[in-house]
Amino acid sequence: MTLPRWADVVLIPLINLFLALLVSGLVVLLIGEDPVNAMKIMVNGAVGSSYGWGYTLFYATNFIFTGLAVAVAFHARLFNIGGEGQAQLGALGVALVALSLPWPHWTVALPFTILGGAVFGAAWAAVPAYLQARRGSHIVITTIMFNFIASALLVYLLVSALKAPGMAPESARFPAGTFLPSARDLFGAFGISFARSPLNVSFLLGLVACYLVWVLLWRTRLGYEIRAYGHSEPAAIYAGISPFRIIMVTMLISGALAGLMAVNAVQGEAQRLLQENVLGAGFVGIAVALMGRSHPVGVLIAAILFGALYQGGAELEFETNVPREMVLVIQALVILFTGALDNMVRDPVKGLFLRLGRRPGADVKAAE
Amino acid sequence: MMDLNTIIQILDSTIRLATPLLLACLAGLFSERAGVFDIGLEAKMLVAAFFSAAVAATTGSVWLGLCAGIAASVVFALIHGLASITFRGDQLISGVALNFLASGMTVLIARDWFNEGGRTPALIDGGRFQPITLPFAEALSGVPVLGPIYHDLISGHSILVYVAFLMVPLTWYVLHRTRFGLRLRAVGENPGAVDTAGISVVRLRYSAVLIAGVLCGIAGAYLATGLAAGFVRDMTAGRGFIALAALIFAKWRPWYAMGACLLFGLLDAIGNRYQSIELLGIAVPGQFMQALPYILTVVILAGFVGKAIPPRAGGAAYVKER
Amino acid sequence: MPGTIHGVIGENGAGKSTLMSILYGFYKADAGEIFIAGRKTAIPDSQAAIAAGIGMVFQHFKLVENFTVLENVVLGAEDGARLTPSLAKARKLLTELAAEYELSVDPDALIQDIGVGMQQRVEILKALYRQADILILDEPTGVLTPAEADHLFRILKGLKAQGKTIILITHKLREIMEVTETVSVMRRGEMTATVKTAETSPAQLAELMVGRKVLLQVDKGRARPSDTVLSVENLRVKDDQGVERVKGISLSVRAGEILGIAGVAGNGQSELLEVLGGIRTGTGRITMNGQEIDLTGKLSDARTRRARGIAHVPEDRHRQGLILDFYAWENVGFGYQDDPAYNHGVLMDNDALRRDTEVKIAKYDVRPADCWQTARNFSGGNQQKIVIARELERNPDLLLVGQPTRGVDIGAIEFIHHQIIALRDAGKAVLLVSVELDEILALSDRIAVMFDGQIMGERLPTETNERELGLLMAGITDTNANAPLPQIVANLARTGGA
Repeated sequence: MTLPRWADVVLIPLINLFLALLVSGLVVLLIGEDPVNAMKIMVNGAVGSSYGWGYTLFYATNFIFTGLAVAVAFHARLFNIGGEGQAQLGALGVALVALSLPWPHWTVALPFTILGGAVFGAAWAAVPAYLQARRGSHIVITTIMFNFIASALLVYLLVSALKAPGMAPESARFPAGTFLPSARDLFGAFGISFARSPLNVSFLLGLVACYLVWVLLWRTRLGYEIRAYGHSEPAAIYAGISPFRIIMVTMLISGALAGLMAVNAVQGEAQRLLQENVLGAGFVGIAVALMGRSHPVGVLIAAILFGALYQGGAELEFETNVPREMVLVIQALVILFTGALDNMVRDPVKGLFLRLGRRPGADVKAAE
Repeated sequence: MMDLNTIIQILDSTIRLATPLLLACLAGLFSERAGVFDIGLEAKMLVAAFFSAAVAATTGSVWLGLCAGIAASVVFALIHGLASITFRGDQLISGVALNFLASGMTVLIARDWFNEGGRTPALIDGGRFQPITLPFAEALSGVPVLGPIYHDLISGHSILVYVAFLMVPLTWYVLHRTRFGLRLRAVGENPGAVDTAGISVVRLRYSAVLIAGVLCGIAGAYLATGLAAGFVRDMTAGRGFIALAALIFAKWRPWYAMGACLLFGLLDAIGNRYQSIELLGIAVPGQFMQALPYILTVVILAGFVGKAIPPRAGGAAYVKER
Repeated sequence: MPGTIHGVIGENGAGKSTLMSILYGFYKADAGEIFIAGRKTAIPDSQAAIAAGIGMVFQHFKLVENFTVLENVVLGAEDGARLTPSLAKARKLLTELAAEYELSVDPDALIQDIGVGMQQRVEILKALYRQADILILDEPTGVLTPAEADHLFRILKGLKAQGKTIILITHKLREIMEVTETVSVMRRGEMTATVKTAETSPAQLAELMVGRKVLLQVDKGRARPSDTVLSVENLRVKDDQGVERVKGISLSVRAGEILGIAGVAGNGQSELLEVLGGIRTGTGRITMNGQEIDLTGKLSDARTRRARGIAHVPEDRHRQGLILDFYAWENVGFGYQDDPAYNHGVLMDNDALRRDTEVKIAKYDVRPADCWQTARNFSGGNQQKIVIARELERNPDLLLVGQPTRGVDIGAIEFIHHQIIALRDAGKAVLLVSVELDEILALSDRIAVMFDGQIMGERLPTETNERELGLLMAGITDTNANAPLPQIVANLARTGGA
């Protein structure tokens, strides 16, 4: 039987989230802190001030891109666990573009850094995609391997070719013409005061990406074909949809979206290439896509939620004995409950609906 | 040219570094041959490393530490079993979640218990596994070539190293010469056949997952109490994934797994010893050595050198079909 | 009763397999009790069923592909923790059983290397090894040639003579009449009757099965074939494993006629349909309305076939014909997503597609008439109507149709048959593949029989009968001679790989 749409899209994710938070609360309790108080600090820290909002939405921007990357791949039933590596390469692409010219103004630089991030991210996804499409190599394993290879590659480049003078393994600072206007600058232009934070115009780019992904999936032929392929490969072939093309195109889009994260994190904040530019955002994307049920609107909401979690977690560490790693635990629990233990909630809920007799299309469904 | 001493030192370090890989790899082998994919080897090793070090540090007994490590790893294995067997969830996603959980939880608890920034106190004396000197090692050490090999390379490791390498023939025997092994391999290939033969698919898969838990527990304990002297955050450093790579490299077979783990251990040992090495006049950077296991695995997966075919029912929960 | 063969007959979906799976402890019953030899026996799982002496041969075999025959037989019935003694014991017992019941198989062969007939024997051996007294066989002849089926029935009679009870589940009346002593009829999950086979007739059983008189004859006028639409020459096709499944066949279909392809499942018909539909590659020469079609897959796929006027109702609607989680309207565009009528520049015109769906749902009387239902929520017959509507309303020059009425209720069968004939009468060419001989005989204007990837012969439905077609399906072309047993056996060995 199928659940009503609202239960599938809203009720079950909420119950899953609640369970994840409940267990997290227990963990907080175990390390001798008051969970309710911790929750208050986190919420307040994340959305209680323009400073908090700034950081929350900055993190959320990263997660929107990596979340969309995972979500698009999920629609083709591909599990792209390589967002981390693709974003690292995206960072390299953004850095190479930013360092290549003395850019006059960010509006000139931005289209090219977007292109750099997207192309490099897509390129890093292309090899696992090709191996999956042509050789049947499991994309989960190959993308994991590519994460490690990407990380080794960046470390190597930052101690050799791209290394800036000095001790730290990092690139030179980008030219000032690539600096993206921050939320403080933008709001300031309208006379609104906004606290200093790394939030920048990339957030708007993230919103545009959400919209475009929605159009792609539900309003274009390619999206129709991606979803059809994701539901059934034999049926897709019957309909004249080439699996090779779908796997390649989907993974290129997915990798490009992951790579775009670097526009926010590298060009927007760090303004130089570091060894670690992604800091786990690629993996957070998995949680975001799962919670958001692979729908761009869901991804946006989940990304903001996780942004708040990251910012709130930082505040929590500042004010109590609960370290930042609490965020990792909550994130893990969210993935566990929404992704892996979904049936633990779904089965009882289905049973409940069955007993309430609110079974849509019950009379239609005949035994085969 | 390297002298014998250097070679022995590198090989000695290879064995040490290969040990946790081998244990984790065999853990993965049991789990995946039974049809449960496990990308959470890293997680299980990490929690085991932490709890073994924490208990060894507080009690002063490395054996209690080992038990605690195994117990923690088994708990994680049970969660994985619950998600992927009982609730038919996605095995890969469950693994991803557990990796995060281990990474966050270990530091969280370490800070709460020891207040040393996410590490345990350094282990001393009884808190670590000590090297074992095999019989006649001293007496034979004077013999040219063979003496040093026996004394420095084969003798003088901690007990867990020998356990790990003994696990290889044991695993082979269990898999191919026992009833349990036959059923385990069958459930990874066609659970329907096992179910209709009147054997519980669920129980078999749980046993496999539990064995994986125990082996990862030993691997993690060895990391923190044998190889190192205490726990530091994220100390597994991707070893769970290298073990996974080795498992694919070995095409899910025990003896080949040992070969793959020794190869990857050797790469690690060379990388640790030399910043970069000259090969045919070209300086190979250390980062390349680090990435090599992953690159090799991709090549193997691509099927250019003998295709790796995973167990047929792997990755999917068993649902009775008509 | 010991020493008898009991038949259970019923239409697809009548609940036969479910009932037997409950007997075997594979599914749990909601209510009710089971009695074996007069004793009430609880069968909570397969373990209990085996202990109670029940053995089952499933329709889809439950064998481990990369295990040997011996390992498969021993699995679950080992004698101790060590394997070697069990294997030795099983090897000895297999030799004995083989001699006793014509059940010889190579104990060291891998399952993936032996044919379906052999695999079925392994399943029977598994049951016997567990000392089953009651043997349940679920649609055992579905994958067998008539001759292989005859061999199976000889085995079953041998078992019966040894005092075993056999329950034969089938939807084929002929088998029931031939080998059973008693027969139970199931309809819509209920046991409608249990009778002695000798005291009943096929017509009576058929009536009990469907609840009313069946019209196997379809009303249709004479065919008026004109120009050749499809011509196939020396077509060869390999399956995914690289095994050649179609071995150089030639045929042609003219406008205004239905060519029926008869044959036991797995003799290359599926691959033939898939090559024509652009799903699979092959070698040879195919022309459509006189123009050659690319078979290499480089210049063509299912998409280009549709553009050439070929519509395809696939054999398996769940696997290929529908996306079960798509809405009805999304499925009505499936395969035709490129149609300009459904597109508006780079975007899809979903409104146009939904309007088109409403029209097709009304014309084909799909129930419920709701284009926002997912395909999964329709019954088998209505799902098939969606596929038929989508493909037939394209008004194709050539319709490829495989198993058009599999898992479809009686009412829908008649409707679908009429639609196919209407397309023929509109002057279109139809290539029909079906494993149901009745359907082939009722619809076709010409019949070609496929066996082992080749066409054994062509017949006109008015000039042939089930017996002749059955022999052709077993690869016997000399249909006048009396059942040449050695040749049948030789053919069996040949299809071993099929």
